[in-house]
Amino acid sequence: MITLEVSDKLATVVSQAHRAAAEILRPGSRRNDRAEHTRPPELDVLGTLAGHLSAIGPGGGPKPASKAENRNGSNLTSVLGIMEMCWGDAALLLSLPRLGLGNAAIASVANEEQAKRFAGKWAAMAITEPDCGSDSAAIRTTAVLDGDEYVLDGEKIFVTSGERADVVVVWATLDKSKGRAAIKSFVVEKGTPGFELVRLEHKLGIRASDTAHFRLENVRVPRENLLGDPDIDVRLGFAGVMQTFDNTRPLVAAMAVGVARAALDETRRLLAEAGLTIDYDRAGPRQPAAVAAFIELEADYEASYLLTLEAAWMADNARPNSLHASMAKAKAGRCATDITLRCVELVGSLGYSESSLLEKWARDAKIMDIFEGTQQIQQLIVARRLLGKSSAELK
Amino acid sequence: MAVGTPAPGLFDLTPTEDQRLIRDTAAEFAAEQLRDRAAEADARGGAPDDLVAKSAELGLTLLGVPEELGGVATARSTVTSVLVTEALATGDMGLAVACLASAAVSTALALWGSGDAQAAYLPRFVGAEVPAAALAIAEPHALADPFEPHTVARRARGGFVLDGTKSMVARAAQAELFVIAAYLEGRGPALFVVEADASGLTVTADPAMGVRAAGLGRVDLADVRVPETALLGDAYAECVRLSRLAWCGLAVGTAQAVLDYVIPYVNDRVAFGEPISHRQGVAFTVADIAIELEAMRLATYRAAARADAGLPFAREAALAHRLCADKGMGIGSDGVQLLGGHGYVREHPVERWYRDLRAVGVATGGVLV
Repeated sequence: MITLEVSDKLATVVSQAHRAAAEILRPGSRRNDRAEHTRPPELDVLGTLAGHLSAIGPGGGPKPASKAENRNGSNLTSVLGIMEMCWGDAALLLSLPRLGLGNAAIASVANEEQAKRFAGKWAAMAITEPDCGSDSAAIRTTAVLDGDEYVLDGEKIFVTSGERADVVVVWATLDKSKGRAAIKSFVVEKGTPGFELVRLEHKLGIRASDTAHFRLENVRVPRENLLGDPDIDVRLGFAGVMQTFDNTRPLVAAMAVGVARAALDETRRLLAEAGLTIDYDRAGPRQPAAVAAFIELEADYEASYLLTLEAAWMADNARPNSLHASMAKAKAGRCATDITLRCVELVGSLGYSESSLLEKWARDAKIMDIFEGTQQIQQLIVARRLLGKSSAELK
Repeated sequence: MAVGTPAPGLFDLTPTEDQRLIRDTAAEFAAEQLRDRAAEADARGGAPDDLVAKSAELGLTLLGVPEELGGVATARSTVTSVLVTEALATGDMGLAVACLASAAVSTALALWGSGDAQAAYLPRFVGAEVPAAALAIAEPHALADPFEPHTVARRARGGFVLDGTKSMVARAAQAELFVIAAYLEGRGPALFVVEADASGLTVTADPAMGVRAAGLGRVDLADVRVPETALLGDAYAECVRLSRLAWCGLAVGTAQAVLDYVIPYVNDRVAFGEPISHRQGVAFTVADIAIELEAMRLATYRAAARADAGLPFAREAALAHRLCADKGMGIGSDGVQLLGGHGYVREHPVERWYRDLRAVGVATGGVLV
């Protein structure tokens, strides 16, 4: 039966996450934003909390017994939890120990032995290089098998939580001539000789989250650290590593939704203080301009929220969701940016000032339309799927 | 959540077996009957009578009427009505409005009519020949707001006297019965059942930019007297919200028609040596249509499902309506743009969908879910 509400059971998870967000993440938001590259003290508490919140974070979970059975499982739980946490502070959510995107990669492509071996490790994800971003097939970092070890060489940038994580999942190619199919991911333990932290970035937003630049010189990792299938299957191409994104894109969409809601909640409060309440029934042309703008933004929020839940729900019910994951990410990414920026404008100089968090959210939101596949990459994925085009035809 | 409101079940996007069946039937009717005759009905400014009669055979007017009043609704479902509305609009919005106009009145009567009004009018709506009828809420002046109608109702001995003008009234010329929104002095906006042959009521054709197949007209009320029993129950806000949701359903169906039409077009159309769909400027437009459409659909379903569950849904209905009005219009515009000059001429339906989709942000009334 069609219902787009959060069930009572999940509502409990949501309210727990919301309380953590309100009590732990939000209060230090401004301080952590100012103190970029300083480890946020909240992470100690959050480290413990992360265990309790283990539901938040992608994972397989039991598959539905039959097509007829409707499941609200770990994917839906994750996106709902992440929305709340990012309502608190997106940068701290990104810094949650052991819930990094590398963990998502391990969860979706690791074999049983690997899943067990890396359980409890905080894993960052290293894909981007100085000369390649969206075109991840062009990565130049190499992995060469030497005895029982792979030897990795290259450079990785924009590694979220790279400094704080225990391990980094590094994408490297086994054979550049074989293209996408030869790209595999490798778990590299911090402290491995030759794995060097070059610097941390200074960013527009999400400053409480560290973003690392690594150099890999002759980094040797055990061959068992290659995640998934070591064979180069040209037919499968990118399927293996790209699988990760079907799981992580709804999570990033959820982050965007959480930040957008933070801005809307605060703007609604400030508009009310200024004497404007939201009357949803009144005809559009009769609304005060600020209320009309607010409702327009809230409608885009609703759209992003529901697309995100849909993508997660499909994953919970073992329905292929790569199209819907990209739709959610595209919509939520662009709307979070638009919503937060327009909230600053609606509130005026108070919203622009560091005395409110609105300006911070407007800076934080922009990354949601970039990482885990830019807006344009999501549009490409959606368009190719709808139009039945290959990446060679629709570039 | 207020005490006594039912707890929501699990998040689920799967329609029930009954819903699937009735939606598929409506979709089939839309594809086989409505689409082919849409252009002619649009040009003529009205729906063919036989088509409206055929649609009545689908049982549209029975959906909102409970079994004890002769209908089929064991538990009337806004979601079911939205699914049907959406499915019909994939064929044509104007014809869908024409086919659904009587159902809006039977649903309103079943939900909010007095016992007398139900006894007087409902039997015909559940009979073999469904009368033409229309729910009239909109008004022809700038800054019109359904919650502040300029049409007024004054209490008079034995009933009420109505004065004012209603616009965008579906199948106005054919209608035998109207449900009319008017501001009731001392109470606020309210709904009244008014027979078309009431003294002082005149109907004039008022063709519009689009939704032309619905045969839109104006209804002028000059000292129109109605009995006490003509006043519908206190459900005005719910009626406006449910009508807006019906327009959301129409928007979703029409936008789906646009998407389904442009995909093969941009794949077949060759320019500069390859299909235009190989260009990001074209392909991304198609992607965005699909993204916004899916969001429109989800927002509409959410509001409808909340209405069915007895949860407050004013916010959700307003947000769905905002999305469907804005993004729906954007999709209509993109549909024409993707076909270029060919989209601007009547050989292709996208110019009609462009005109139709503008109605979503404008109309209240006519349809109800």
